[in-house]
Amino acid sequence: MDIKDIIKEENLVYSKTKVLTDNVMHYCPGCTHGVVHKILAEVIDELNIQEKTIGVTPVGCAVLAYNYLHIDWQEAAHGRAPAVATAINRLYPEKYVFTYQGDGDLASIGAAEIIHACNRGEKMLVIFINNGIYGMTGGQMAPTTLEGMPTSTSPYGRDVKMTGQPLKITELIAQLPGTCYVTRQAAHTPAAVRKLKKAITKAFDNTGKKKGTSFIEVVSTCNSGWKLSPVKSNEWMVEHMFPYYPLGDMKDE
Amino acid sequence: MAELKLMKGNEAIAEAAIRCGCDGYFGYPITPQSEVMETLMARKPWEETGMVVLQAESEVAAINMVYGGAGCGKKVMTSSSSPGVSLKQEGITYIAGAELPCLVVNVVRGGPGLGTIQPAQSDYFQATKGGGHGDYRLIVLAPASVQEMYDFVDLGFELAFKYRNPVQIQSDGVIGQMMEKVTVGEFKPRLTDEEVVKRYGSWATTGKTANRDRNIITSLDLDAYRQEQFNLKLQRKYKEIEEKEVRFEKIACEDADYLLVAYGSSSRICQKAIEIAREKGIKVGLLRPITLFPYPTKAIQAMLGQVKGILAVEMSAGQMVEDVRLAVEGKVKVQHYGRMGGVIPTPNEIVKALEEQIING
Ligand SMILES: Cc1ncc(C[n+]2csc(CCOP(=O)(O)OP(=O)(O)O)c2C)c(N)n1
Ligand code: SF4
Ligand SMILES: [Mg+2]
Repeated sequence: MDIKDIIKEENLVYSKTKVLTDNVMHYCPGCTHGVVHKILAEVIDELNIQEKTIGVTPVGCAVLAYNYLHIDWQEAAHGRAPAVATAINRLYPEKYVFTYQGDGDLASIGAAEIIHACNRGEKMLVIFINNGIYGMTGGQMAPTTLEGMPTSTSPYGRDVKMTGQPLKITELIAQLPGTCYVTRQAAHTPAAVRKLKKAITKAFDNTGKKKGTSFIEVVSTCNSGWKLSPVKSNEWMVEHMFPYYPLGDMKDE
Repeated sequence: MAELKLMKGNEAIAEAAIRCGCDGYFGYPITPQSEVMETLMARKPWEETGMVVLQAESEVAAINMVYGGAGCGKKVMTSSSSPGVSLKQEGITYIAGAELPCLVVNVVRGGPGLGTIQPAQSDYFQATKGGGHGDYRLIVLAPASVQEMYDFVDLGFELAFKYRNPVQIQSDGVIGQMMEKVTVGEFKPRLTDEEVVKRYGSWATTGKTANRDRNIITSLDLDAYRQEQFNLKLQRKYKEIEEKEVRFEKIACEDADYLLVAYGSSSRICQKAIEIAREKGIKVGLLRPITLFPYPTKAIQAMLGQVKGILAVEMSAGQMVEDVRLAVEGKVKVQHYGRMGGVIPTPNEIVKALEEQIING
């Protein structure tokens, strides 16, 4: 059979969503960022909210996320995405505003901005990519780096006596009355991807209903920073990250 | 309808914001400018015009809210005083780098550090030379009266949108706190969302519609050559601003043998100093820069054939005087007189400095 006999409209079971651009992603092969982008794009497409969605990118590997989704974007200073999104949300209450942030961006330099945006209950969605490391700058320690985990600024493993325990910021966020939905997900298996997609759909739905801030942590891998293969990274994440950052909903109101 | 009102400089900023159709104010309290947000919160403009007013968790957050709002094509602003404006520098350079229009008000107080809550003009370098990183410029307006505090809000927004560039009103604790009568203008309606799309839809994040590509607000370009091209474009814009937007005022300059150069509240004190000096027979005039960037360099140069010496009067250790010297290029004597830390110079002190440092110096 010729390939042309197979690639036919009636045989189509899956296609790239139109919200995703054709740009080649700069992410390392195996990186979680790309998977989450794809899910985001699909949800925006399925909910038919492309014209109403405004994304705010972080400083981190996802700084260039605006190259990959056909929506309007603003690129914020490091950690300030929640403040930027706050104004967009206040000035355009009918839009769907989301921030997309890494763990250095959200839990370290931008800790104040995320706490206060969530506490005000900004009607927006936060996607928090927790890969336990500063991917973009070459693998330095993040606030979420696990105890004993080696990074370029903790080459002998994170010493919690010196730097404190890894910050479970999502648990903190869940305490804030402004949030309506706080969940921790992953994207390493087809089942996890389906669950994450459901969570993102729910979060956008909450945003449309102006319920409060929806916050989705995605426990992620950074195979380059972790210096492991993509497969090994997933195994390492399941074995080490999940026990400290257990998956599941923390709040769903 | 235009009305006459008695108000503080800081209140004038708030009133002007509401009346000129401002969409959003984001701030954080600090003396001596807290009345800006206090006035807005008491006035509840969201009920009147739909204007958003939000107390942010910090100046850092406030200026980034301004970034977000400006990126949407909305007319947004923030105000603060020196320590707070230092915190805003990160956001301001991102706003300049993303070519967004916005208004920042600095009601300057004495520094460095926490300094004092009294008036000063010691943030001139920060405002005019780029307080944040990178080669950028703000358009800087220096009001010398409560009326100008009021007028420069609308003017500031006009210039900000004309050049897609942040504009800073560089005031000080005197102008912010003093009360004067002000002619307030008529209400200008805020733009509707449709009007914003029509005017700024080519660049603002108003939502990606089918008829256009996505809009991206960013200051990032990792390609060095493109980044250089972008920088050159910015420089061309600043040059155009220098050619077209210089504003200044000349007082008693026609027959002047000597010149005072001063802006903001110092220029008010200088006016009194001129009266005293002229009673003594000293023919002195005042050149008051209204725009600190672009600086009235040519206006100063035009006086060089006439005056024998120039005294720059500022409430600082001598910041603006550097721009006077750059204009003068050593052709006549230029000296600086200033008080610092919140101390305001008296007219007599200025006359004495003129006599000692310029006339007999
Ligand atoms: C003010 C400021 N400080 C530091 C940096 C350098 N920097 C860029 S990205 C980054 C960390 C990003 O890590 P994370 O948020 O975890 O994102 P990831 O790359 O891991 O997805 C840092 C420190 C910067 N760009 N700006
Ligand atoms: S460095 Fe890490 S986070 Fe960044 S793209 Fe590579 S794998 Fe992903
Ligand atoms: Mg990270």
